[in-house]
Amino acid sequence: NVVPTPVKIHLINMLSETGLQVIEATSFVSPKWVPQMADHTEVMQGISKVPGISYPVLTPNLKGFQAAVAAGAQEVSIFGAASELFTKKNINCTIEESLERFDEVMTAARGANIPVRGYVSCVLGCPYEGKISPAKVAEVSKKMYSMGCYEISLGDTIGIGTPGSMKEMLTAVMKEVPAGALAVHCHDTYGQALANILVALQMGVSVVDASVAGLGGCPYAQGASGNVATEDLVYMLNGLGIQTGVDLQKLMDTGTFICNALNRRTNSKVSQACCRL
Amino acid sequence: MGTVPSALKHCLSYQHLLKEQLWIGEPAAPPPAVPHPGQESDASGLPEYIKIVEVGPRDGLQNEKVIVPTDTKIELINRLSKTGLPVIEVTGFVSSKWVPQMADHKEVMMGIEQHPGVRYPVLTPNLQGFHSAVAAGATEVSVFGAASEMFSKMNINCSIEESIERFEEVAKSARNMNIPVRGYVSCALGCPYEGNVIPAKVAEVSKRLYSMGCYEISLGDTIGVGTPGSMKRMLEAVMKEIPLSALAVHCHDTYGQALANILTAIQMGVAVVDSSVAGLGGCPYAKGATGNVATEDVIYMLNGLGINTGVNLYKVMEAGNFICTALNKTTNSKVALASFNTGAIN
Repeated sequence: NVVPTPVKIHLINMLSETGLQVIEATSFVSPKWVPQMADHTEVMQGISKVPGISYPVLTPNLKGFQAAVAAGAQEVSIFGAASELFTKKNINCTIEESLERFDEVMTAARGANIPVRGYVSCVLGCPYEGKISPAKVAEVSKKMYSMGCYEISLGDTIGIGTPGSMKEMLTAVMKEVPAGALAVHCHDTYGQALANILVALQMGVSVVDASVAGLGGCPYAQGASGNVATEDLVYMLNGLGIQTGVDLQKLMDTGTFICNALNRRTNSKVSQACCRL
Repeated sequence: MGTVPSALKHCLSYQHLLKEQLWIGEPAAPPPAVPHPGQESDASGLPEYIKIVEVGPRDGLQNEKVIVPTDTKIELINRLSKTGLPVIEVTGFVSSKWVPQMADHKEVMMGIEQHPGVRYPVLTPNLQGFHSAVAAGATEVSVFGAASEMFSKMNINCSIEESIERFEEVAKSARNMNIPVRGYVSCALGCPYEGNVIPAKVAEVSKRLYSMGCYEISLGDTIGVGTPGSMKRMLEAVMKEIPLSALAVHCHDTYGQALANILTAIQMGVAVVDSSVAGLGGCPYAKGATGNVATEDVIYMLNGLGINTGVNLYKVMEAGNFICTALNKTTNSKVALASFNTGAIN
């Protein structure tokens, strides 16, 4: 179900009040493929941009990059993958070809002084190829980092990873990319996300992606969950005495807002427990 | 993240995917005849073998609203007996007035198939319950203490000290009959009434239970509020009083922290983990919230860490599917949810 533009804008504005420092706002992709993001320009121009908060947007190619900049974007993201089959199915080209496309974006971004974040999908497993070698993840990460991405977010796209495979993969990647430039993007499809994140933190990673209310299912397993819930992550980090700057109550309120708007239950266990929903 | 492909039908089935990655599959080797948890660890510092204590039929069902027919309980336990689980908590010899779900404790105890190599402990809150349990064929029992005075008062209407005295009676009789006793400490990481619980108190109660003869102390995060931070602090205090090999963790997933907390515990050398098939058992203190961590999700994680449990994950998922169908509810196991919805398991 396509979410109305004003709801998206309100969601982002509420998130901007929670203390979060980076909020991925939208995606400048073709509305034919991703109808949910068709209103990217309106969203980008409609949100209240709070100083000190970064609002990156996804830009799969140069065209998207240019549209994003025209709409006021000041940071962009590009999505690579550690799996050839996934890249083929997802964006209909090889990993090498996708990196060439990104190179165009990198050049333009450099020219406009716009930071670029690189994502690597399928780092712990691929829905088409199955097992993914840590060396492959390291290779793709290194390429994207060398191209000029300031940060590489390693995504367990199907949530299949465990602390064992997370450790193995990070060990390989950290040989090529400094820990300070790494982030983890864990899915909770198999309930492993927080344990995987804990291992990443223990290995020195200090950037973690998450989604309020655990929004976003898994397109590869019907009915299964996807993104890890920001509330549950913040709860764990608070318990570990790790600073995030995020106000958990405000975050939960934001989650309540979007779940009501979407007429769905939250995927955050913290929210479920606290709100007795 | 990225575009949504429409080529879902070209995905590998999850059965293929997971078998290949060895997260689900036959256990690597049979567990040692006399495992020494805590004494053997691999290069990563984690135990090589972890004993899973399945509490679904007791702790799980006790916290489910629907009263389950005796036959269904027996069928569940019989299925669990075939999965490789080494310990299955069968029922509770408690007053049926307080816990109607466990009213059929005798029938269940006498009706199950007792597989060689599998242990079937039962809850016995007092001497009367203990005698009934033994009469019904129980060969192992558990007692439940708490690290919180208020919880003890609200739950069993007496102080911690009074409850310990009751358990000592049970422990004494059990000792005479050569029956092992497991001790639980509730509210190890927080109490629904008192809030914060200090690690020293958990250590003190654990020590009392251990000294009276409990062979193992299961530390329970009863309301699931713990995090890796509080788990670590609590275990550090308890480990000063109780040997590592006698410790277990019983984590609830009410705040989604269970697996992270269990990981922390096993990184510290704990090698016994309680869990509940399909994550049976809600939380009586937070309406609609979840309770026990799902056995399937724990085993998935341990398999991924290369830790042996002796348990066949597929068979546990099938047992979980059975009881969820009987209860007409969705599983609380994310592994089961993901696997079933890709048509991998029927």
